[in-house]
Amino acid sequence: MEQALYQYALRLADSSLTMGQRLAEWCGHGPYLEEDVALTNVSLDLIGHAQMFYQIAVDLSGETKTADDLAFLRDAHEFRNPLLTELPRGDFAYTTLKQYFVDVFNLHLYQALSQSNHQPLAQAGKKALMEVKYHLTRSQAWCERLSMSTAEAKQRMQQALDDLWFYTPELFETDEVMRQLADDGVIADYASLKNNWQKQVEALLKKCQLELPASGWVATGGLQGEHSEHLGYMLAEMQFLQRAYPGCEW
Amino acid sequence: MSTATEAKIFEILEAVKDPEIPVISIRELGILQQVTIDGDQISVGIIPTYSGCPAMFAITEDIKNTLKSQGFVDVNVTLLNEPVWNTDMITDSGKAAMKAFGIAPPQSLSEQQVSCPLCGSTDTTCISQFGSTACKALYRCQSCLEPFDYFKCHA
Ligand SMILES: [Zn+2]
Repeated sequence: MEQALYQYALRLADSSLTMGQRLAEWCGHGPYLEEDVALTNVSLDLIGHAQMFYQIAVDLSGETKTADDLAFLRDAHEFRNPLLTELPRGDFAYTTLKQYFVDVFNLHLYQALSQSNHQPLAQAGKKALMEVKYHLTRSQAWCERLSMSTAEAKQRMQQALDDLWFYTPELFETDEVMRQLADDGVIADYASLKNNWQKQVEALLKKCQLELPASGWVATGGLQGEHSEHLGYMLAEMQFLQRAYPGCEW
Repeated sequence: MSTATEAKIFEILEAVKDPEIPVISIRELGILQQVTIDGDQISVGIIPTYSGCPAMFAITEDIKNTLKSQGFVDVNVTLLNEPVWNTDMITDSGKAAMKAFGIAPPQSLSEQQVSCPLCGSTDTTCISQFGSTACKALYRCQSCLEPFDYFKCHA
């Protein structure tokens, strides 16, 4: 059970870290100054969440590793994030819609986790929840603004939706061990997460007059460590310093 | 070096200010949570405001350096998971100092409009939900036209 929870903590941490790293790539590239600052502030929060969950993983592992070791010294096949969070940042519409999907997911996830009977997870869930509410307010407002503005903005949002939609089911993937953890009140119940997520997301897409794509290839594999090539490139950049100069500190 | 008492350490740590709002101490901000003394060893427990707050490293160093300058060398600073920080932990003196510094302090839930820290007008609009740091939003006063930071309510 410790091992299962360790893997789960990695899933939470890796998802937040990859989201945070992609947002950090916007630094200096935001559409205007305030938005540049907002994107990187959300990035910092997400990296902070990753830090909390890596620390939980470290405490469960019983090894002498640190949270930084888990972030900077593991290879792509050891990462447990869904493919959605490692996708390239794309244009602003793409980043915005991806962020919205993950923000709604995180809102329900952390609401559930803050009720966990595993004390460290409950604390981390509570802390993250307060911040995710802000993230969601922002990403939702941007989805509305973009979808209801110029034809080009709307078309880019629709394009982003067509590309991203079939990456979302993987957010809710579970296995036997996770279902057991959920039954024991340790982690969230992913079936009800999915239900809540779908209701909320589909209502917004309707309001934005965006069309759900009919069918497509459904992404999977991240949770087993089978990732897209994008993660490899991301890690090569993110982990460079620790790999080239082990133990290097600022 | 004087003998350490918890009250004495709290008093010394009053000199440690938030690196981003240098008029308010970490106690007033609610970051400084506990001090325990075991022989010569002093343990200081702090909590982060936002989980990604990059100032925590600077604050940890400031605490150590401030105590060291008073002769206390055996100091460890721990980041506590509990309590979870919220803006109600900011003291009234902290809020007043913030306002005098030009940052609108976090509001109570009953207040509807953020008021301008310069002229007091409540005719203000939010320009961006994130200001210079994650804990602030950027506002503009419609009366005196000054832009200002609002320390967001976080509860
Ligand atoms: Zn004013």
